Amino acid sequence: MKNDYQVIIIGCGVVGAAIARELSRFDVKVAILEKEADVSFGTSKANSGIIHAGFHSTKGTLMAKFVVPGNRKFDRLCEELEFPFERRGELMVAFDENELRILQTYHKMGLDNHVPYMELLGKERVLEMEPNVNPEVEGALYAPTAGIICPYEYCFALTSNARENGVELFLNKKVSWIGKQGNGKFEIETEDGSRFTSDFIVNAAGLYSDEIAKFVGITNFKIVPRKGEEYLLDRRVGTLIKRVIFPCPTSNSKGMLVIPTVDGPVMVGPTAMDTEDKNDWATTRDGLKEVFTQAQKMVPGIRTSDIITSFVGLRPAAVGNNGDFIIGTTTVSGFINAAGIQSPGLTASPAIAEHIREVLNKEGVKMELKRDFKPKRKIAIRVRHLLEKRDYSEYGNIVKNDKAYSKLVCRCENVTEAEIVAAIKEGHITLDGIKFATRAGTGRCQAGFCTSRVMEILHRETGIPFEQITKKGKGSEIAPYPIKKGDGK
Amino acid sequence: MKRSIICISCPLGCSLSVEHDDKIIISVSGNACKRGPVYAQKEVFAPERVVTSTVKIEGAKIPLLPVRTDRSVSKDKMFEVMREIFKLKAKAPVKRGDVICKNICNSGADLIATRTLS
Amino acid sequence: MTKIIDALVIGGGPAGLAAAISLKKNGIDKILVVEREDSLGGILLQCIHNGFGLHRFKEELTGPEYAEKYIEMLEGTDIETMTGTCAIDIVNEKDGKTVYLMSEKSGLIEAKTKVVILAMGCRERNRGNIAIPGTRPAGIMTAGLAQKFVNRYGYMPGKEVVILGSGDIGLIMARRMTWEGAKVKAVVELQPYPGGLNRNIVQCLNDYNIPLYLSHTITAIRGNSRITEVDIAPINEYKEPKKSETFTLTCDSLLLSVGLLPENELSQIAGVILDKVTGGPLIDSNYMTNIPGVFACGNVLHVHDLVDWVSEESEATAKAAAEYIKHQTIQKSKIPVRVGNLVRYALPTVLEPGKPGLISLRVIAPAENATLYAKVDDEIIYKKAHKKIFPSEMQRIEIKKVPENAKMIHVYLE
Repeated sequence: MKNDYQVIIIGCGVVGAAIARELSRFDVKVAILEKEADVSFGTSKANSGIIHAGFHSTKGTLMAKFVVPGNRKFDRLCEELEFPFERRGELMVAFDENELRILQTYHKMGLDNHVPYMELLGKERVLEMEPNVNPEVEGALYAPTAGIICPYEYCFALTSNARENGVELFLNKKVSWIGKQGNGKFEIETEDGSRFTSDFIVNAAGLYSDEIAKFVGITNFKIVPRKGEEYLLDRRVGTLIKRVIFPCPTSNSKGMLVIPTVDGPVMVGPTAMDTEDKNDWATTRDGLKEVFTQAQKMVPGIRTSDIITSFVGLRPAAVGNNGDFIIGTTTVSGFINAAGIQSPGLTASPAIAEHIREVLNKEGVKMELKRDFKPKRKIAIRVRHLLEKRDYSEYGNIVKNDKAYSKLVCRCENVTEAEIVAAIKEGHITLDGIKFATRAGTGRCQAGFCTSRVMEILHRETGIPFEQITKKGKGSEIAPYPIKKGDGK
Repeated sequence: MKRSIICISCPLGCSLSVEHDDKIIISVSGNACKRGPVYAQKEVFAPERVVTSTVKIEGAKIPLLPVRTDRSVSKDKMFEVMREIFKLKAKAPVKRGDVICKNICNSGADLIATRTLS
Repeated sequence: MTKIIDALVIGGGPAGLAAAISLKKNGIDKILVVEREDSLGGILLQCIHNGFGLHRFKEELTGPEYAEKYIEMLEGTDIETMTGTCAIDIVNEKDGKTVYLMSEKSGLIEAKTKVVILAMGCRERNRGNIAIPGTRPAGIMTAGLAQKFVNRYGYMPGKEVVILGSGDIGLIMARRMTWEGAKVKAVVELQPYPGGLNRNIVQCLNDYNIPLYLSHTITAIRGNSRITEVDIAPINEYKEPKKSETFTLTCDSLLLSVGLLPENELSQIAGVILDKVTGGPLIDSNYMTNIPGVFACGNVLHVHDLVDWVSEESEATAKAAAEYIKHQTIQKSKIPVRVGNLVRYALPTVLEPGKPGLISLRVIAPAENATLYAKVDDEIIYKKAHKKIFPSEMQRIEIKKVPENAKMIHVYLE
């Protein structure tokens, strides 16, 4: 029957996508309902991109349970799904006696969570590893298993592979009602009038997971967003540090960090401020000051003049659960939560996905491995890596096979038309989606040069009228008013 | 009456001090060239502007043909000219300088193409 | 594919076109101009307003007309042009340079050339650079991108517009958007003086009663999918916003005209050293960069306000480049050009004794009743009084012949 599934996942951020990909290994009929115009458009797009070592999580929590197993899975996932990932390592730096004691506490927490290869370093070793860290540093906790990824590329990769293996993705489908039929199946209605039925629901709806749960009568948790501002610095700054630099944490957040990114630029942030507004995506002057004060304390070479862009993330922090993840079965049969996933959710996502699969299995979903499962994802060649290495013979070969690789669309990040078209074919038809999938528009000129070209290609490939092309879904059209001329009126 | 106006005849934008009565200019100072007093005369009694815009064009590789009035038009007629430009349509091939609309809105100026499109 | 040429001009806008034509006039044989857009003409193609060519052609032309005059001159020669072609790397070789070109039609091209003239123009400063607090909705773009949408594609980015920055592009777009039916509610400028030419204040703002808020800034942007409003506040002497005097304007479009930056990504890849103040390459009086055989002219060197001077500069650059091709001429004797406090920059930063010199410069802030001087050692060789002088107007000092025994040139404003 159409629109009838065994499992429907609500929400396609990194958690929903990881679950989808995990389930796609088995003979299960799965669909994802995502309310935005593309996946990863909620909390996941503003993630800091850190794969945590795991010493921040308190023993006994679900966070602690999933963070290290999740961390371990990234090498294989990266190899199969081709998203950028590097195990750079992280340093939690201390500037006085008190902070050195705090390092000891986290070292113990790490041991409790089975974080491997940690070291407590003295001043000289820290400065040897990271010469641009503030020379007043007294010591650091070093965890080499921490890494950095691009969170939305990870989400896109998971989703793409899940779809290639049979999972169906429905975009622009905001759930408006969930009911139960007589036969025990869930009935789901979305705002645009579509209907779906499913045996099981996995609630991975991030900021709105409490509202989704409410539809089935579950009210024992509330999501109170914790806002974080992040500032992206010119890739020239990327040579300052190699590893993720943490301060000693505060009571409600891991603190404001200096984060190298896989693509080059350095990120500083995030702040941590509770807000009632799930739509408060605004950066603030105070936030900027706060971030830079903290960041400059750790790495003095950072300047506000290096900012190329900024953004806000909203962590879906669950209140009424000690802020821990809310994962597993509920009082409603068939309704499974994967909610309240704030940090270290990204790191934990592969482990959470496996756990959810086990839960579903236990609840009665038969899990037989697909014989024709395709673990490897094919992606468009990222030409910029070749160009950075000045490998023109290899690049020349690629161009011979496909002319579209010689059409440069984004000059700042060296993105060609071939890559844009591949992203569009994968379903990314908003400028932000294409930006996340290809990096076109993320560079120095911030899409000044490539915007019109990407729009032309989108229009050509999809037929979407120029004036309907959006930044991130309906309501965000770039050039919405065609100038009516020559009509004799 | 005394007025301070900025001459827009060229990018220098000289600050002109203009003395005039109801009908004539008495004196102009501050101009770097002879265009200044000419501009002052017009600006005080009958201000004019050059109008530049685009016109839809059929049969060319791009959808719009840039155009301008070949001389300035009375400021009062500016919006009327703009509205008329909205109605016009051109057909390729067009040469730079071709008249798209003669004596547009009876302003005394022709609307000409500023680009060659085939 | 490999191409062997004498000179490669990177950029087919007014600078590149003038340079190529001048190279030909100076006897250079194999010249190639590469342009990343589909047509020659550069930014002039979207500058459909007038104000170009008053000095060059003694008539006031629009951007496309000015560009076409040069394109026609070029078409009368055997200069080769490749549109849809982007230069991605410059490698210095023993006897010239290898430039890697990405061509939409022909794939990867290795161009082996004796000389490179950088004429890539500039890009616009964007919101990220100035970190305006608030959300990131649709409807925010640079004035130049809006100009492209309106004049090249025929689409309006909005109907209720606020413009940040009173540079010429912002002023021109204030008028353009008004003419195409939008309501431009305000132009907001951080400085106490406008960034663009006075004539544009008159014909783009005053003519349409568009308010100009000097010494103001935008303190917040609101709207999630599309921009809905901005907060505007006056600033104090420390350039901090006076929060209590903030007011809000609703809008569906915010255009940014907050400065132009010479586009020197490629130059840096090639090892060219840039001047921190101009953002363009450091050059000698032959417009040659620190890399022998690599020259620069036009907006990539420093941002111009009149295209006429771009053409003149590019012709001088090409003449020197031609000399280099023929005789490997390198400027041996260089005397420094120093600037006084009130001059923001002057280029070139060195002149050659015994030769004529042209110094282009800008002052740091508007001044009244000031005199611009150029001194060679202790002797004043240039003096011009200005009732009003603005940073937005490039000044030019022509020196007929720099004295043979000169030690230093000093340019200053009093």
